[in-house]
Formats: sequence, structure tokens, C-alpha cells
Amino acid sequence: MLVAFSGPAFAADERPAPLRLWHAYRGGEEEALEQSARLFTQQTGIEVQLLGVPYDAFSSKLQSAIPHGVGPDVFIFNHERLRSFRQMGIVAGTDDFITPGDYLPNALAALRLEGRTWGYPLSLKNLALYVNRDLVPKAPRTTQEWEQQLTRLSNGKDRFGLAYESGDFYLHAPFLFGFGGALFDPDTGRAQFDTGPMARSLAFVKGLQDRHYIPSEASGALVKSLFNDGKAAMVISGPWFAGEIDTMRIRYAVAPLPVVSETGLPMRPFLGVEAAYVSPNSKQPEQAQALARFLSVGDAALLRVKLGRQIPANVAAYETEQVRGDPLVASFRETAQHAMPMPNTLEMSRVWEPMKLALRGVLQGGVSPGEAGLLAERRYRALNRERPPDASPWPWIAGGVLLVVGAVVWAVRRPRPKQSFQKRYPDTVRALAYLAPAAAGILVLVVVPLAIGIGLSVFHYEGGQYTFVGSANFVDIVASRGYRITEPLSFYFTLAVTVLWATVNVSLHVSIGLALALLLKDPLLRFRGVYRVLLIVPWAVPNYITAMMWKGMFHRQFGAVNALLDALGIEPVSWFTHWSTAFAANVATNTWLGFPFMMVVALGALQSIPHDLYEAAEVDGASKWTQFRRITLPLLRPALLPAVILGTVWTFNMFNVIYIVSGGEPGGATDILVSDAYRWAFERNQQYGFAAAYSVLIFLVLLGYSAFTRRLTRASEEVYA
Amino acid sequence: MSATASTRTRPLWRTLAIHLALIVTCLVTLYPVLWVVKLAVSPAEQMSASANPLPDLQAIDACAAASPHSAWPRLSCALRHFAEVTTTTTSQGTWLFGRQLLNSLVVSTVSTLIGLVLAVTAAYALSRFRFPGKQLGMQSLLVTQMFPGTLMLVSLYAILERLRLLDTLTGLVLVYATTSLPFCVWMLKGYFDTIPRELEEAATMDGASSLQTFVRVVLPLARPALAVTALFSFLNAWNEYILAATLLNDEASFTLPVALKRYMGEYTVEWGKFGAGALIVSVPVMALFFALQKHLVGGLTAGGVKG
Repeated sequence: MLVAFSGPAFAADERPAPLRLWHAYRGGEEEALEQSARLFTQQTGIEVQLLGVPYDAFSSKLQSAIPHGVGPDVFIFNHERLRSFRQMGIVAGTDDFITPGDYLPNALAALRLEGRTWGYPLSLKNLALYVNRDLVPKAPRTTQEWEQQLTRLSNGKDRFGLAYESGDFYLHAPFLFGFGGALFDPDTGRAQFDTGPMARSLAFVKGLQDRHYIPSEASGALVKSLFNDGKAAMVISGPWFAGEIDTMRIRYAVAPLPVVSETGLPMRPFLGVEAAYVSPNSKQPEQAQALARFLSVGDAALLRVKLGRQIPANVAAYETEQVRGDPLVASFRETAQHAMPMPNTLEMSRVWEPMKLALRGVLQGGVSPGEAGLLAERRYRALNRERPPDASPWPWIAGGVLLVVGAVVWAVRRPRPKQSFQKRYPDTVRALAYLAPAAAGILVLVVVPLAIGIGLSVFHYEGGQYTFVGSANFVDIVASRGYRITEPLSFYFTLAVTVLWATVNVSLHVSIGLALALLLKDPLLRFRGVYRVLLIVPWAVPNYITAMMWKGMFHRQFGAVNALLDALGIEPVSWFTHWSTAFAANVATNTWLGFPFMMVVALGALQSIPHDLYEAAEVDGASKWTQFRRITLPLLRPALLPAVILGTVWTFNMFNVIYIVSGGEPGGATDILVSDAYRWAFERNQQYGFAAAYSVLIFLVLLGYSAFTRRLTRASEEVYA
Repeated sequence: MSATASTRTRPLWRTLAIHLALIVTCLVTLYPVLWVVKLAVSPAEQMSASANPLPDLQAIDACAAASPHSAWPRLSCALRHFAEVTTTTTSQGTWLFGRQLLNSLVVSTVSTLIGLVLAVTAAYALSRFRFPGKQLGMQSLLVTQMFPGTLMLVSLYAILERLRLLDTLTGLVLVYATTSLPFCVWMLKGYFDTIPRELEEAATMDGASSLQTFVRVVLPLARPALAVTALFSFLNAWNEYILAATLLNDEASFTLPVALKRYMGEYTVEWGKFGAGALIVSVPVMALFFALQKHLVGGLTAGGVKG
């Protein structure tokens, strides 16, 4: 890709330009950062512009902005992404500016790569055990003690000895390490899943859940409320959890995770290091380095403790009165010593999705702890495609040239129409004038990006570089290489799910919309306007808000849907563990947001049907049903058909609902083609080329569909026009 | 009028059944919305398990009892999240929420206007003139709607950067106006097709130019369709999140959805603020719906979305 060069004109006066600092903090952490930045300005006279970015857009924003020279001078991120940042060339080395002795050694080690240091460690994040001191006077030292306490503290219903987000591998890792597992093969460095410790750690957690010691499918919100209500005696979480505790009601302490009695090994959590990175494209590199360093030491580190409740990586901070007297920081400092720095390798980033699959499979009961490792292993192999061999672009270029030549020859040799061009198309010039503005806009901002997207599909992207691989991406997808066609990862499986998804949704939209339109048809119906306004409300709600709303409604413990079921005496359903219920939840959401459109279309069409037709039918003695079938439906068809076609395309590409509501659970089985393409691009090692090929196939499928519908519309126009 | 007759002759039980069916559907429709209202007005940050979609008055009372100094303790408790959301400021002390609201309004309005002008002319040409490539043009407009949008992000970014429009509201306006164009053109073209050509022919006979005919005769007739199309464009811009989050690099130029999304953090979700923010984002759109809902039916009539 071409990197555009853009250099804004430097200000003529000597006052330095403000430094840009990007972060994804909220609440106290954000406030601490703001105050530190103000301190920096006071001391140096350099302004700092802070930008809080939504967390889920942060990484992609950095990747696009910094190479174009429009990004921040300094940004704050976890160290896990360091290697990919380095590959993309968006971090600068800090060895010339940093004083290594300022920081805890394991925090600094996390920022080392290729023998150099890349950033300033700010704070440590690792897991520890929070205990409610009124319920647990003494924190457990071993898992044996722990299990005894859990038996006492759980009642099998709504009280739990322990709560944590058990479906997240980050929280399971301590169990794995406690049982003596290693995530990576010591010889090859490759991730390994099918091991004894893995099976034992999974069985242990499954045992906790089966005995109702821990809630199943716990989310962060549930863990928090259980602990604050005194319904969970212990919680596994990180320093960020301290800010969530309602200290008016709960007295708590933080302890290291216990030792696994079976192996005698401590449950070691991952250690994450938050760091301030400097952009290599900063216009003021020295000032940027100074700011990043400033944020990691001295007063900034203390503010971080005081306001943000973060665990500083700065050694000197621990010497101060303030930090010494802080039990939270002291206990986390202690637990961090056992923590295992999370590798910043590519291999680490490949572990998450397979492990999530295995972990959820076991906890939700579909997979035994012994089989889970194999399952993860298979998913790992499928996700990490080997790099296809380089292909020569010449046959492609030659093919393209041939195609163009062929087209020209065809155009020239085509038999001349009898009428002149002027006669056949009398309005060409006028049409051009009317069309030009729209065409220009569409060309630049729709067609060009689309063409680039299509072009990417013949490349392979790895480590910041594109290599030409020809049709390899397509071949891999179509031949379903690496997995059976009945597995959720396969294109055909996802295509089938997508077709089903579109069909079910559109039929529901049309039937519900039509039924309501028929009820609302009568202009003299009382409160008609009120009903109509209320019924189009879902259309007015932004669809990402709708999706989040319904995600909350289908929540296992807090969701309104389960609460309703409970009120009716039906067992609560865990919606996202089975394909059918997860799919149903998606469909419910999408039906809710989509039926008003069809209702409005049908209502408009109904009103345009002349009333005398019904009167004539009445005279002829036709029943209501016959009238509906013979008059209403045929006359609705021309209006409904285009709406259906458009609705199908929208549903087909309805990314938000799938991505937010079910998130593809279980195991990617409810993903549709677009959400799968998105995952290949942004969640599975940035396989942009592969994702582009995927998108091209989606595009072809829809193109086929549109060719098919063109026939349908033409047929309907011929009959009814 | 025959409609009156049929209403008079309709038995009472049928009228009741219709109302019952509509009331039940309305309740189901409004339930999730009420649930968000509940999130927004509950003083606590967290969700609570309850099928009752009405606000938890006890929690509000409890909160009010804890803050006796306030003049309207209940009200200030219930509106706490709204206050927190609307009074955000930058580190320099400028009123951030007001700025972002203004951004959203300006971006949505301007992109709607631009989009509408472009779409109206293009749709008219597609509806009335004969020129080569017309069918192909119509089909390819539909086709552009089919390519998954998220994957255009990378290239769109590079293009805007090249045009020096990155990180500007102008860039965002142009992107919104053009990305909603295909749909708008399609809708308007369908509506123009239903307007009889005789009217224009008559105007031409009277000596009106092509442009005059278009502006004086066709556009006024297409008012309902224009209203609906404008509504769609506005909605599209008002609700868009991912492009805005990627293309804007300054908090003061963020639009509301980006600001709202920040309440869903890496580790925690601020549900109360999310609920309040969601309502604030949705209410203007709903008001617009209210204002335009008469046209909504008219604008989408028989030919309204016809291809």
C-alpha cells in the first residue's frame, strides 16, 4: 500500500504545537490521566490534547491514523499488542530516553522486543482474589481449603461462593497454569491445547459450576452485582474491579489466588502491562518521549493510584507514604510477583478464539473436558492458515489485458443499430448533466473503495506486507480447506445459516407487517394514529442500540426475557449456548427492528387500492378471504416485491445484530457471511486478503440473487403493470 | 362513504378484537424501549433482574432519601444519568456534549441536504431520460449496497486522507451523503415513475424549459417521497457509528453515537449512562418520525420503492 506523505505547515512562531495523546480510559482512570496531562503542561508549557476513543475502535484507529501521519504523538495501550504494533511500524523505540531502574523488572520486560524497549510501563493488570471479609474471614491458601469454603458459602440457588467471568480464557488461564499446564510447546513455541493439565483444569472448573459454587455464564455486570449484594463471597478479577465495589455495603480484601492442592503449584494469572507508546511519526519526538515518560513516573504515577486505582509500574511510587498505606495496591503488587507476563507474541494472539470455544463448550455441557483440547486444536489449525505460495501476477495482468482487448473488439465489431445514437438516446447530454454530481460522488467514495476491496482479494496480508497470491484465497474458501463443510467455519455452513437467516427474517417482517397493515387499514379506526406511531418506534431506534438492548434482554440472569419466563413458571433459558436459541434471539431482535418498514410499505400500498374493487367483489358475493387472495395480494405485490428484495439485502448484511446479540455464539455457528468476513479481517490475525476474497464471494451471491429478482420484478411488471 | 358504512356494520366484537391485537402488539413493541428508560432513570449503574419494565420507584426513593439537600430529590435522582451524560466537558472546560450534539445535527442535516439534491437529479434522469447504460446504472446502484461496508473502511480512510478531508466533518458529510445515495436514488426513481408524464409534456408545451419543468412541476408532486428519502438519509447519518469513530480524531468533532459508545468500556458497561445516552440519541429521530409519519405512508406508496 502506498503511504501518503502529508506534512502540515509548521507554525512560524516558536511555541510548540500541542501533543496529542490517545487513550480508551473511562472514569477515574481518565481523570487521573487528565490531571497528569495538566501537570505536564504546567511544568513544560507544552499543551496536551487528550482524546478518549471508544475501546473497540481504538486499535483499528491507531492502525489507520499513525501511518498517515495524523495519529497521536503518544498513546496508551496494553502490551499484548506490542508485536503487531511493531510490525505495522506504529511504535517508536524508547531506549534513548528511558531509565530502566524506574520500573518493576517484569513490567519492563513485557515491553522488550528484538532486544529493544518500546514504551514506558504505566501500570500492571493481573487477576487476584477479592473476598468479602464478613463472609470469608481468611482467604483460602489452597484449592482444598477453597472448596470447603465454597461448599459452606453456596446455597445451590442464588448464593455463590465464587463468581468470575468463567467463559473468558483470560480468567481460566490461572487454573491451567495451576494444574501445571503450559500454553506453548517448549520446543517449537507453538500453542498446544490437547494436554492433561488442560483437561484437568477444565474438569475442575466444570465441577465448580456443576456444584453451583459459581454462576454459569457470568458477565462482568453479574459478578459485580452479586458481590455488591453479598451474594458472591469471592470474586476473581483485576484492579479495575475495586472501583466497582460498593464500599458502603461491602468490606473486602484482596488476596493471591490459591495454590492448586493436587499439584502444589500457585494459580498464576497473566500479567498485563499498560504502557505509554510514542508514535514514530510524531512531529516532536523528544517532547512526545518526555510526555510518555512523565506519565509513567513521579506525580503521574501517584495520581494513577489515587484516582484511577491502578497498580503503578514505577518503583519509586512504592516508597511513598500514600502507596504504602494503600492495601489494594500492596496486595496487587504482591500477587503480581507470581503473575506470568503475557507473551506479546503472535502465537499468543492465536490462542484466544480456540480456547474460548473449548472453554464455553465444556461449561455449557456440549463437550467433555477431555475432548475440549482436541476441539481447540482443530479450531486453531483452521484459523491459522498457512501462507499461500506467492503467485506470479503476469497471467492475471495478461488476462486483464485480453479482457479489455476483447471488449473493445466486441464493441467495435458489433452490428450497428439501424437508428443513429442520437435517435435512440435523445437525452444523453441532459441526462449527463443531471447525473454527473451523484456519479462523481459515488465513483470516489463508493466505487473506488469497493474496487480496492476487490483488488485485495488476490493478496495475502501478513506482518504489514501484502504479497500477491492469485486465486489461493478463493480456492481455500471454496474448497473449504482445513475444516469440513459442516463446520461453522466453512463458507457453505455460513452461507446456509445466512440464507436461513434472511428467509426467516424477511418472511416474519412481511407477515407481521402485512397483518398489522390490514388491522390499521381502516381510516376510521379509533386511535389509529397512536397505534401507528407506537408501532414504528423500533424503526426510529438506531440499530446498534436495539442490538445492545436485546443483548441485555436475553441475558441469562438479568434479562427481561428470562424474568418473564420465570414469571410464567418456565425454567430460564441460557440463550447463547445452543444454536437454535441463539439463532432465535437474533431473529427476535431483527424482527423487532424490521417489521415497521414492511408495515409502512404495506399500509401505503393498501391505501392505494381502489375501494370500488372490493365493492364490486362484494356485489359478486366474494368472501373476505377470496377478496384478500384475489384483490389485496395481487395488488400489493408490485409494491411489496421491491421492499422484499431490499429487505433481503439488508438482512443478508445485517452485521450489527449478529455481532452484538449472539456474537456468533455458540462457536461461530450463528455467524452470517458478513460477520464472518469481519472476523477474518479484524479478529483472526488480520487476514485482510482472505476477508476480501470472502467479501467478493458474498458479493457474488448477492449478485446472483439480484439477477434472479430482476426476473421476478420484470415478470410482475408484465402481469400487473 | 363506503368506509363509514363498513365501520358501522362491523360487529362490536371485531372492533374489540382489532384493538386488542393492536394493543398487545404495541406492548410487545414498547417493552424493550421501556426497559431502556428503566435503565436510564434507575439511580444505580447496574442492571437488575426483573420482568417489570417500569422504573423501580423504590430505588429512586432510596436514592432520594440519601440526598436530602437537593430541591427535587426524586427528580434529580431519576435524571442523574441524564445530567451526567449531558454535562460532560473537555479538559479545557468546553461543553462537550453540546458540541457533539451540534456536530450530529449539522452532519446529519447537511449530508441529508446534499444527498437529496444529488439523488433527486440522478433519480429524475434515470426515470425520464433515455441514455446508454441506464439499466446497468440502476442495477449497479443496487449492487453497491451488497458489498459488506465494514471492509471498505481501510480504503475509504486512505481516500479521505488523500483529499485532506480526514478528521473533518466535511469528510464525514460527503461519505454519508454518498453512501446513502444509491438507496435514495432507487426510492425517488420509483416515485418519479408513478408521476404521469402528461403533466410535464403540458408544461413543455407552455414553454417551460426542462429544468423549470423539473423544479416547478415534478418536485412539488414528489414531496412525500422527498420527505421519506430525507428521513432515511438523516437516520443513516444520525445513527452511524463505525465510520465516525474511525474517521474523526478529535473529541470535539465526535458525533453522538461515538460519544455514546464510550460508555461501553473494555471492562465495564455504564448501563445507566448508556440508557440515558441511548434515549437522548433516539428522541430527536423519533420526533422527526412523528413529524414525517404522514408522508411515510404516502412516500412509500405503490411505486414508492419500485425498481
